[in-house]
Amino acid sequence: MQVYLPIAEVSVNALLLFGLGGLVGLLSGLFGVGGGFLITPLLLFIGIPAPVAVATGANQVVAASVSGVMTHLRRKTVDLTMGSVLLAGGIVGSTAGIWVFNKVAAVGQIELFVQLCYVLFLGLIGALMLLESLRTLLRAKPAVAPRRNHLLVHRLPLKVKFRVSGLYISVIPPILVGVLVGFLAAIMGVGGGFIMVPAMIYLLGMPTKVVIGTSLFQIIFVSAYTTLIHAVMSNTVDMLLAGLLIVGGVVGAQLGTRLGVRLKAEQLRILLALLVLAVCGKIALDLLIEPADLYSLAGVRP
Amino acid sequence: MIRVAAVVTAFSAVLGLAAVWAAGSGEQVVAGLSQNRIAITANFVGSEILIFGAVKREAPIPPDRLDVVITVQGPSAPVKVQRKARVFGIWVNRDQVTVDLAPSFYAVATTAPLDQVVSATEDLRNRISIPRAIRSVGAPSGIADSQTFTEALIRLRQASGLYVMAEGSVDLSEETLFRTRVALPANLIEGEYATRIFLTRGGQVVDQLDTSIVVRKEGLERVLFQLAHRDPVIYGLLSLFIAIVAGWAASSVFRYFRQ
Repeated sequence: MQVYLPIAEVSVNALLLFGLGGLVGLLSGLFGVGGGFLITPLLLFIGIPAPVAVATGANQVVAASVSGVMTHLRRKTVDLTMGSVLLAGGIVGSTAGIWVFNKVAAVGQIELFVQLCYVLFLGLIGALMLLESLRTLLRAKPAVAPRRNHLLVHRLPLKVKFRVSGLYISVIPPILVGVLVGFLAAIMGVGGGFIMVPAMIYLLGMPTKVVIGTSLFQIIFVSAYTTLIHAVMSNTVDMLLAGLLIVGGVVGAQLGTRLGVRLKAEQLRILLALLVLAVCGKIALDLLIEPADLYSLAGVRP
Repeated sequence: MIRVAAVVTAFSAVLGLAAVWAAGSGEQVVAGLSQNRIAITANFVGSEILIFGAVKREAPIPPDRLDVVITVQGPSAPVKVQRKARVFGIWVNRDQVTVDLAPSFYAVATTAPLDQVVSATEDLRNRISIPRAIRSVGAPSGIADSQTFTEALIRLRQASGLYVMAEGSVDLSEETLFRTRVALPANLIEGEYATRIFLTRGGQVVDQLDTSIVVRKEGLERVLFQLAHRDPVIYGLLSLFIAIVAGWAASSVFRYFRQ
């Protein structure tokens, strides 16, 4: 069943798009990542032009995140206070990130810069998560999140009670985490879930089950902002493409959140770590292996 | 030496006369298209147009071979061709050449191999072959082999079915009736597709007919495309609204089934 996409101006198989949306939605619901770091490369792979893939991917992430958050809200596993604090930091970080992005874009080689960011951060986060989760799993301890900077977090001023997370800490670390993630997310063109989730677990010491809902909550706002900016600035959101991805995505997200309940926290973290490392490996290989065709075409924006 | 030159001159004069005679013989092309409007709707999977016609003449058929060349050309735009090179062990886009104007789609259909049908001069004058249809002026300093970039553009577009060279695909019967089919791929863009039909004899163009096919988005495709460009804020908000409602609906439906 072929569908011609009005903005992307290509004809693609609708069932394939349902499938892609479903797969990314499943991972989104399972791990609390928006899936931006997966959907964009997948859309590029099936021949969607890069600007449309980035913008439309963000739109699909909104739907998947809303779907996941609704379920987490009913389960009371969303820390709205923490989510809002992170979001506030995130907005500051994104604004700075967009500024840096434009500076690098002016020099050229923005594509390379983004790819190197992906390899560096995905590799680092994936490896750290994998090691830590394996260690926890081998020790066969119950799922207690590690609290490395317990002391530092408790000594800072401006303490706030994050009831759902069971934390009574200063707002300064969450704001800093928000700024950092927002900054990286803007540069890499993603919602930032795959950075946010480990940061919440390891830097803030939040319980894994709360982390997923809270991460999705703030991803809704980040990717909605991104979608709107792309739609207004470059007219690159393809509503038909987004619609097809969303139908698959919301169903996938529901299945993911159901599946997530059955898995242990360490198992979830290991799976997410492996996924992050796999994407990192793919991008690294693309950079290292000689491409089959050295030449490529790019449109010239009028 | 002088005699040789005189013979050559006389020979070219005869050739010239022959050309004038051919042109003066009043061979004219009359043609039709199976459709001159193509609507891109949501289920558009490409289209095939039938181009047919006849040669009208009042004099007897001239002795040398008659050939037909048909070209279909989509809207042109500048294209950036990038080439990767290894820098510090990783492959990055290093050199790039902007081709000034390249058609988004270009198909050539002929009755015989192109070099037998059209002389190099006529090809240059009428921009018939694929390399001639692409306009590339000058090369950026520091890139010596800018020609390879244009070649890469043609190769990549041929691979994706956007540039088609179909030699021998025009059927010509009794030196009078001709027909061919040109396949338009699914990844077409909107615009006017200029269609040219050339009659050639001995490599010279005897007559030419220009017409066009209009490719336009229709229905849902048109509505979405126009909204995205005319009211981007409303379009963006609508996209978000759909996403939020879909997410909420899926969550509610699943909860309903669980109970």
